[in-house]
Amino acid sequence: MPTLSLMPPEFSVVRDDNKCIKCLACVRQCGFDAQQYDAEDDRLYAIDANCVNCQRCVSICPAGALTIYKNPPPMRPNAHWTEGHLRNIVKQAETGGVLLTGMGNDQPFPPYFDRLLLNASQVTNPSIDPLREPMELRTYLGSRAEPVSREESKDKTRTPLVPIETPIMFSAMSYGSISHEAFESLARAAKAFGTLFNTGEGGLPEDLYEYADHAVVQVASGRFGVHAGYLNAGRVIEIKIGQGAKPGIGGHLPGEKITAPVAETRMIPEGTDALSPAPHHDIYSIEDLKQLIFTLKEATRYQKPVSVKISAVHNVAAIASGIARAGADIIAIDGFRGGTGAAPTMIRDHVGIPIELAIAAVDQRLREEGIRNRVSLVAAGGFRSSADVVKAIALGADAVYIATATLIALGCHLCQKCYTGKCSWGIATQDPYRSRRLNPEIGAERLYNLLRGWSHEIKEMLGGMGINSIESLRGNRLHLRGVGLNEVELKLLGVKHAGEAM
Amino acid sequence: MKKVYARPAYCMNCHLCEVNCIVAHSRSRDLFRAYKRENLRGTARVIVEERLPLSVAVQCRHCDDPRCVAGCISGAMVKDSETGIVYCQEDKCVGCWTCVAGCPYGAIRPGEKNGRPVPLKCDLCREAGEPACVAGCPNRALVFEERRAGA
Amino acid sequence: MLREGEYRIPSGCAISGFINKDGRRVDGSAIIQSIALMQERSNGLGGGFAAYGIYPEYQDYYALHLLFEDKLSRNQVEELIKDNFYIEAEDRIPTRHVRSIGKAPLLWRYFVTPRLSKIEESQETEADFMTRLVMRINDSVNGAYVVSSGKNMGAFKGVGYPEDIGEFFRLDEYEAYSWIAHGRFPTNTPGWWGGAHPFTLLDWSVVHNGEISSYGANRRFLEMYGYKMTLQTDTEVVAYAIDLLVRRHKLPLELAARVLAAPFWQEIDRLPAAERDLYTRLRVVYGSLLMNGPFSIIAGFSGGIMALNDRIKLRPLVAGSKGATLYVASEEAAIREICPDVERVWYPQGGEPVIGRLEEESQCRLSA
Repeated sequence: MPTLSLMPPEFSVVRDDNKCIKCLACVRQCGFDAQQYDAEDDRLYAIDANCVNCQRCVSICPAGALTIYKNPPPMRPNAHWTEGHLRNIVKQAETGGVLLTGMGNDQPFPPYFDRLLLNASQVTNPSIDPLREPMELRTYLGSRAEPVSREESKDKTRTPLVPIETPIMFSAMSYGSISHEAFESLARAAKAFGTLFNTGEGGLPEDLYEYADHAVVQVASGRFGVHAGYLNAGRVIEIKIGQGAKPGIGGHLPGEKITAPVAETRMIPEGTDALSPAPHHDIYSIEDLKQLIFTLKEATRYQKPVSVKISAVHNVAAIASGIARAGADIIAIDGFRGGTGAAPTMIRDHVGIPIELAIAAVDQRLREEGIRNRVSLVAAGGFRSSADVVKAIALGADAVYIATATLIALGCHLCQKCYTGKCSWGIATQDPYRSRRLNPEIGAERLYNLLRGWSHEIKEMLGGMGINSIESLRGNRLHLRGVGLNEVELKLLGVKHAGEAM
Repeated sequence: MKKVYARPAYCMNCHLCEVNCIVAHSRSRDLFRAYKRENLRGTARVIVEERLPLSVAVQCRHCDDPRCVAGCISGAMVKDSETGIVYCQEDKCVGCWTCVAGCPYGAIRPGEKNGRPVPLKCDLCREAGEPACVAGCPNRALVFEERRAGA
Repeated sequence: MLREGEYRIPSGCAISGFINKDGRRVDGSAIIQSIALMQERSNGLGGGFAAYGIYPEYQDYYALHLLFEDKLSRNQVEELIKDNFYIEAEDRIPTRHVRSIGKAPLLWRYFVTPRLSKIEESQETEADFMTRLVMRINDSVNGAYVVSSGKNMGAFKGVGYPEDIGEFFRLDEYEAYSWIAHGRFPTNTPGWWGGAHPFTLLDWSVVHNGEISSYGANRRFLEMYGYKMTLQTDTEVVAYAIDLLVRRHKLPLELAARVLAAPFWQEIDRLPAAERDLYTRLRVVYGSLLMNGPFSIIAGFSGGIMALNDRIKLRPLVAGSKGATLYVASEEAAIREICPDVERVWYPQGGEPVIGRLEEESQCRLSA
């Protein structure tokens, strides 16, 4: 403990005593010991330094008596040396460690989705009303090499395609990084809606095998929870090479979060750190990947499509091309806004490229090489709304993965402290006192609602463009226009500037 | 008959059931007046028992053969023959607290209203129709349903 | 100002076509009459025709119809042609003066067959060789455009009302067993003869009324197979899509129609297992060729015509038949205008193709 605290608390907890009824709900629900009660004096008070602004107390307070304020930066205004930098340096001076953080990149890099606009049909082409006409969002994932022939059905290495009723799936969040309750909410909602969820690298808990046929089961570099039963139970197998939040490095789930059930699912001893190494130590080159892909296919008798998940990095197009030729059925690309339970801050905020550019580049490259049909492309990394989803599909994706949005639906307020395991909302924790706050019944309903709302909005946007089937939007860059983008950006995205005609 | 049942897996120890109970039984039915004017803090008829990380809301079970009714010396405590709800006719209560001592669940506490004794005990919100604790639980840890004996 | 081909022009239009399934050849006056009736649907900025069976004496040769904006482009193309083909005959396409038709480009036709040495060198099939060359001319020779390149068929099109174009090209002097026609209502002033319909590739010709909202997706899919979109009009993708599905991937025409206007998933789900698998597979593999947006098209090919609507029928299409003749048009009146005693008239469902083919013996007779 330092003798002098160089930085004041980031947040102030302000309690309106006129409203506070001293019910103590805030004290019980604060995961970070910021809310305190002195029984002797019958007095509620806060330890501001502990507050992470997770908003749990604000939500639970029946009197609406609490507000969390961001304290002003403890320094003169400085566009270069921002508050964030100062705090980071001070923390490192105190600990000498690597700065850790959670969730996705929060830095103000240019948001390409917010500079793309969609088309609508008028006069020359009627828009279609989704409440009156069928509007098809069903998407099939897998390899679509042609031609179509009767002999194909006899080919035993022909992997079946997987249909999803909406082009939105739940992205990878491991059991261990999130609670069993959160994991179960995702599984239930995916099954109810007819889409898929991703187990992440923590395996699939035994008691959730009834949802396995809606699961993308992940095989990550630590191979946690990977056994034949797991592979055969899932619907899709995903080899995780990287993720958008931390390209190039592995994962680390601290021993404190490896409780007995987590340990059992991961097949490691309780209390040990779960370290996922940076590369798969049996994949040092593309031919090694091909070998692993086919090993998994053989193990599952070619019944499951194999997906490969990579981060969006500078030569993502070439990497994707290699992966397509290595036999993958699906390529999932995670952009630099992707979230995580724990990552070094510097890596999360400064490594990787935006998913918009990555998808555009990969889609274009695969078409140029004539192999776009061999794989489905799934885009991930910070999708905030159905409009982002539609734009991603227009740029070339077959479907998208969402994760941060689902956690926000479950209550997450992006306090970025997931790695502590103290999540007050019961999401990113293994502590039963916290995790029981997320009732999977409610969680599954909220996630189902999210999918339903977004899907309906997608249908409305499609109808507005005069399209009644999602496959006619895929890669159809003509329905996008850029605003405030320079020539290079427009060229990379393959879109024209707003104001230019068709 | 329908009763309030707790689901401990989802009880998160927020005690909001207690808050809702107090407001539902206040005169003003307003959170601030109930706590600040009417001073009803601590008078909930449901109590959350804690043995962290577990917690569970406990209230009157509206027993088939209620000991509190049997023990009531003034005949204030009755079980409604139609609804099955066990409640106290407050004007008859003399404050002997036999009900408090006799309840096998510890679900009754002594209380007072306008200077008269009143046992603090769940009445399934018989005037409102739907128990306030169930409606107000943010995590659906309480349900209001009918179960067979032994459930 | 950008030339047509550099930006897309949506249009509302009129289409009409018929085929005498018994192979009986007739002159162009009937089709002209039919399309002229629908003058309201055009605005005089484009009209065109395709005719099948018009060059029986050259039936084994590819009839290249070309337009040139100037002598320079003509010389360039003739170099290319001489290099790659043996020319059996060549002449200017006969025209007559029509007041309302403005300045026409140079219009030529060549009856050619590819040089064997060139085919051996390129190791392609003859058809692929032809398509590649046609796209090369359209793409790289400025001011030249291949209007049609099929055997024993030809396309005639330009800027003007279709009936005037028909008069201009002296279509009353040709005899064909099937005719298709188009009148255009573009929402811009094209001023370019190549922009009118029909759009052709080999002996496929397509006339189209509509706007394809899936154009961007369709185009990028076709580009993977080597098709170059030079016109940026929607009709181009229709013709190339049919060529890919039917000629290169050998799908029966009926199934190709079901790719362009695919059944809805809720219908597919209700089909018996074998059919369900087939249609699912078709949609999954060729989903990017699904044509969204309103359209009615008539596609002509050697030996037949096919008419098709988008699957929610957002553009009109009527069919009629009398004896051995099948009629299709945007309006019933256009059919009755040339066949007042038509026996049967019907409105095809969205997504259901109407196909008329030459009877077997007529096929033989025509190729004898």
